[in-house]
Amino acid sequence: MAGIPHDHYEPKTGAETWLHKRLPIVGLLYDTMMLPTPKNLNWMWIWGIVLTFCLVLQIVTGIVLAMHYTPQVDLAFASIEHIMRNVNGGHMLRYLHANGASLFFIAVYLHIFRGLYYGSYKAPREVTWIIGMLIYLAMMATAFMGYVLPWGQMSFWGATVITGLFGAIPGVGGAIQAWLLGGPAVDNATLNRFFSLHYLLPFVIAALVAVHIWAFHTTGNNNPTGVEVRRGSKEEAERDTLPFWPYFVIKDLFALGVILAIFFAVVGFMPNYLGHPDNYIEANPLSTPVHIVPEWYFLPFYAILRAFTADVWIVALTEWVTFGIVDAKLFGVLAMFGSIIVMALTPWLDTSSVRSGRYRPMFKWWFVGLCVDFVILTWVGAMPTEEPYSTISLIASAYWFGYFLIILPLLGVIEKPEPQPATIEEDFNSHYAPPSAPAAAQPAE
Amino acid sequence: MFRNITLTAVSALAITAGAALAASGPHTHFEDVAFAHEGPFGTFDQLQLQRGLQVYTEVCSACHGLRYVPIRTLSDEGGPQMPEDQIRAYATQFTVVDEDTGEDRDGKPTDHFPMSQLWNAPDLSVMAKARAGFHGPVGTGISQLLNGIGGPEYIYSLQTGYADNPDCAPDGIDGYYYNTAFPAGGIPDSCKDEHGVSTVPGSWIAMPPNLEDGLVTYADGTPATVENMAEDVASFLMWTAEPKMMARKEAGFKAVLFLIVLSTLLYLTNKKLWSKVKGQRIA
Repeated sequence: MAGIPHDHYEPKTGAETWLHKRLPIVGLLYDTMMLPTPKNLNWMWIWGIVLTFCLVLQIVTGIVLAMHYTPQVDLAFASIEHIMRNVNGGHMLRYLHANGASLFFIAVYLHIFRGLYYGSYKAPREVTWIIGMLIYLAMMATAFMGYVLPWGQMSFWGATVITGLFGAIPGVGGAIQAWLLGGPAVDNATLNRFFSLHYLLPFVIAALVAVHIWAFHTTGNNNPTGVEVRRGSKEEAERDTLPFWPYFVIKDLFALGVILAIFFAVVGFMPNYLGHPDNYIEANPLSTPVHIVPEWYFLPFYAILRAFTADVWIVALTEWVTFGIVDAKLFGVLAMFGSIIVMALTPWLDTSSVRSGRYRPMFKWWFVGLCVDFVILTWVGAMPTEEPYSTISLIASAYWFGYFLIILPLLGVIEKPEPQPATIEEDFNSHYAPPSAPAAAQPAE
Repeated sequence: MFRNITLTAVSALAITAGAALAASGPHTHFEDVAFAHEGPFGTFDQLQLQRGLQVYTEVCSACHGLRYVPIRTLSDEGGPQMPEDQIRAYATQFTVVDEDTGEDRDGKPTDHFPMSQLWNAPDLSVMAKARAGFHGPVGTGISQLLNGIGGPEYIYSLQTGYADNPDCAPDGIDGYYYNTAFPAGGIPDSCKDEHGVSTVPGSWIAMPPNLEDGLVTYADGTPATVENMAEDVASFLMWTAEPKMMARKEAGFKAVLFLIVLSTLLYLTNKKLWSKVKGQRIA
């Protein structure tokens, strides 16, 4: 592993040397587990482990559920009831899988916002950030298609609305929509391909996760100060870092234990709380639900999609300038995808030379604004399209774009950052007293 | 800082999820019934489930089916837990088409309950999960959070929610019945304000009121009031929707307990481990 200098695996016995010469797998595992990790990481650096756990949980429960599920429009809903009633432990598997998706998204949002605050996206970690965004997109596609599989009312109508977005693309939209659906409307062909892709994409995510980890193991972790680990010599690096095993593995496992206690309380005591009751009604193409609401984790982007209606001046202007090619519907679709694209472009939009928000007095408050904005978007995304929600969602959407496109580039120029610690060691020692180990233990160090 | 943001996000999530469900249909009137199965430690009342089955069999099953529920599950643990010979006898009242011979025969415990007999009578198997029900104060979802999804409250409120036609429409809608808990039915224009918003709770439903005091005779001597029958059948339908509820809560309870112990041990391990590299927090 390039980057921070540290000890490498040395095969000791003959057998170890034999294997190491042919396949250095033990060395790879050693380097991965003993990665020098900044010793000042706080509790926001635990979400990676939670996310890895979620991916494994979803794949394991999903594979077993797939053994009992039938992807056919007349049988899908009944096969879910079969899982709930007749499969041993089926009800737990299904609730773990459904709520596991929610835990996955809670963790990914906290992980992303951690990165946004501490500047984890900045050089040299842009590739890690971009791969992370790709993982997030793949997660959204997987979750969306997974929600269609129970073939309830929200499954069906959610699929109709979301694939309809592609129909907004001028010229080829209708053809793309029909290609995605496998026909003119959501039907058996749609259910079959969504099931197939829902099974495939998690393995794509797993591969992307491996690359994501590879990328940040190359650059080293960011940390709350944003100050890089010293790399002049092994001794210097060791004053800034501790090996991943056991220090961070145990810390992360403790955090995972606490989070899972809450997760299992939700699964055990209120497994349907985050779902929509309409999805316990079998899909009916002839009956449209009063409100079509996506799963909670899509609500912020759903709010942005709906915010730009034809009476908003920027939408009207765009429509006029483009001779009607970009109408309100397409504008909304572009805004929704754009809201994720601007997030992916953060490494180049943020002009500040200081990495961590901890030393950026103005940035801090704009960032709090972004967190509040995200919560507001989640809330209005669940509300009907009427006043005052339309105005609120428009303002909130404007802040989202304003933060990434105007505030981040400007702050780098006008903000006067506070002094940063010279090293991670200095920051660490200013927060913690030296260990109160008995004097006798010292010589061994 | 992140601690505060996390807390805000989690509480906001709780509120939006509830609000998402609240934001549909006209306003309706729901009773908050204290069902035995509510809360993390709530369990089904076995006798109540048996009474609810009786109400379903004698009243609801004339029109409504339970197509996803195998009759044998009536003897399962965590359900009405009826003796197997009783279930065998119970099953014979249904006539089913035999899959092998194609001919009619008496039902067996391995068969499912029949499907709905009327095209507009919805199947009741998962009704208790398919309706939003009681949300708590101003649609915050608090009650839903604490007591589960609230579908049984909906079923109870629907059964007890029949009322005389309101003053705005004394003749009502021909062939329909006014119900203060039903959100999805027709509303006469005379009961809407200038924005088209209904001025009365609920709407008009095609299902006539079916329960009246003394309609069934309970073997255990419970008085067969409309309220008792509505509560019993709502509880029974919660069981048909969530037959594994008790097993699920027990598993959840064990998992949480185990994870609390595990987390405590990991906390102590972590503290010991890090005590070698850092002392008390000083700033």
